Amino acid sequence: MNFTNLFKIAIKAINNNKMRSFLTMLGIIIGVASVITMLAIGQGSKQSIKQNIAEMGSNMIMINPGADRGPGGARMSADEMQTLTLTDYETIRDQAKYLTAVSPSVSSGGQLIYGNNNYQSSVSGVSEGYLTIRQLKVESGEMFSEADIKASAKVCVIGKTIVDNLFPGGVDPIGQVIRFNKMPVRVVGVLKSKGYNSMGMDQDDIVLMPYTTVMKRILAQTHLQGIYASAITEEMTPVAIDDVTQILRANHKLRNGEEDDFSIRSQEEISSMMTSTMSMLTLLLACVAGISLVVGGIGIMNIMYVSVTERTREIGLRMSVGARGIDILSQFLIEAIMISVTGGLIGVFLGVGLSMAVKVLAQWPIAIEAWTVLLAFVVCTITGVFFGWYPARKAANLDPIEAIRYE
Amino acid sequence: MTPAMSNRPIIELHDIRREFIVGEEVVKALRGVSFTIGEGEFVTIMGTSGSGKSTLLNILGCLDTPTSGEFLLDGTPVRTMSKNQRAVLRNRKIGFVFQNYNLLAKTTAVENVELPLMYNPAVGATERRNRAVTALRRVGLGNRLSHKSNQMSGGQMQRVAIARALVNDPAVILADEATGNLDTRTSFEILVLFQELHREGRTIIFVTHNPEIAQYSSRTITLRDGKIRDDVSNNNILDAAEKLAQLPINDDD
Repeated sequence: MNFTNLFKIAIKAINNNKMRSFLTMLGIIIGVASVITMLAIGQGSKQSIKQNIAEMGSNMIMINPGADRGPGGARMSADEMQTLTLTDYETIRDQAKYLTAVSPSVSSGGQLIYGNNNYQSSVSGVSEGYLTIRQLKVESGEMFSEADIKASAKVCVIGKTIVDNLFPGGVDPIGQVIRFNKMPVRVVGVLKSKGYNSMGMDQDDIVLMPYTTVMKRILAQTHLQGIYASAITEEMTPVAIDDVTQILRANHKLRNGEEDDFSIRSQEEISSMMTSTMSMLTLLLACVAGISLVVGGIGIMNIMYVSVTERTREIGLRMSVGARGIDILSQFLIEAIMISVTGGLIGVFLGVGLSMAVKVLAQWPIAIEAWTVLLAFVVCTITGVFFGWYPARKAANLDPIEAIRYE
Repeated sequence: MTPAMSNRPIIELHDIRREFIVGEEVVKALRGVSFTIGEGEFVTIMGTSGSGKSTLLNILGCLDTPTSGEFLLDGTPVRTMSKNQRAVLRNRKIGFVFQNYNLLAKTTAVENVELPLMYNPAVGATERRNRAVTALRRVGLGNRLSHKSNQMSGGQMQRVAIARALVNDPAVILADEATGNLDTRTSFEILVLFQELHREGRTIIFVTHNPEIAQYSSRTITLRDGKIRDDVSNNNILDAAEKLAQLPINDDD
């Protein structure tokens, strides 16, 4: 018997029991649709996190004071540690080979006041390189200069959120003098808006000042809270980290075997850290969905067993007119596969539709990847073969003499 | 005792024995059966239940193999054949007609008749359909090709079954109580059809416990306790069509 005939028989058998076939398919439909939707949601979140982290900076390297573990194994907060100094920054700036930009980082919280408007925020003391590292652009005005840094000038560049809160009347902030706590600061530039990142942080709630100004005039401290740098390429990031580590160890006169008194993280690490949680969650969701697919498969098996029993006479007849065991096996196997593949196809459409609905209605980021659709489809075909096999074999092994007289 | 054979032998049985093991007991269903059926014979096999008639039918139909003895179907030895070989042999050489018709449910007459050819890769879709239609016309159902099995009377269903048995142009037609589920008049209509097929040169084996049918066949083999008790030629074959004409016409048919 050729395959065309087998398919015709299978379609007929499915058609003869439309409601039952549909209910059997439903298990597969729900399973496949949920696998696709869950993976789409998971992949979507992961991609949006990755993208947001990428937007945070270009090949960013973050150097923080202190080792991962302080003396006695106790963790210390980065603020309490004073192991990074301006000398470290200058040495890295002058000696590091694989960096495009370096900027020190110090920050202080406080109140910003202009006229009768005020806003609680924090200022970051940085160098010009910070714009490159964080992928920030000055929209109007200009960035403070090297001269401003040398002079510890009282100038600042502010983000859109600050502009909106301090200058609600539409006054051009450039050239205006605002106060941070009690210190008057002149606004020299406004940054281009970046919006919120995936973690809900407002990336426009930002005030940049020369690091010298923040260190001398606000914090009165000589150590840095961190150093930001940008590696020349993503691939060179690990090399750049090694390079910076060597420079800092030499600077801090650390002997071999002594632990680093600083820690370096790359954007990559943060990205993979954040997405690994998402991956776990995605895997979990997909597993739950996968279980429903297996339950659907068991449904197929159950119905196929019923079908074989119900059609014992038909099987006996087919055998007596010349069907071999393999013909009967193929017939029932193809029927099971057709149920699962048809269910799978409907499930794919339903899953894609559901994902779209989630995207439109709940505004969640969605990413349907070809491999997830393929996976769901392949799994449901395998389900069909696996769960169709035993009932089909039972049918093929029937004794035609008994089957034909089965009541 | 054995009638003279002039034609080519279609079925040759030599000392066929069939034993079943039920629990620890050996049940001897056939205890040495030998006969030869030539081409064009219409043979009735009779016997009460327990006579070994069903076992013999299963062996003749290549559904079962004898424990010992030799069975040649159209010259082919069957006893040593594998399951699959026998399936192919059934497909090419045997046409079955069952008591309860055994048509596929919700399936048209043509599709039912096509069934044996579906398992013959040498027959394409067009030829399959043409042969099915020809077979249905032959049994007088040319106007019911697309009727489904649940839209037909018992007699019509049995005609479809006979068409199905004819479609592969078999060496022998095996009918198992083919009139058992039909009323008298319809039974005779079917018998008329079998007699017509016989006249056309078909070899027919009709297994029944109804002695009346033997009058319309050319030879009767009677089984008892797994052995042949009688094997007689019928020199005075009655015409089923004549008998049918004498029967009162059913109002509801």
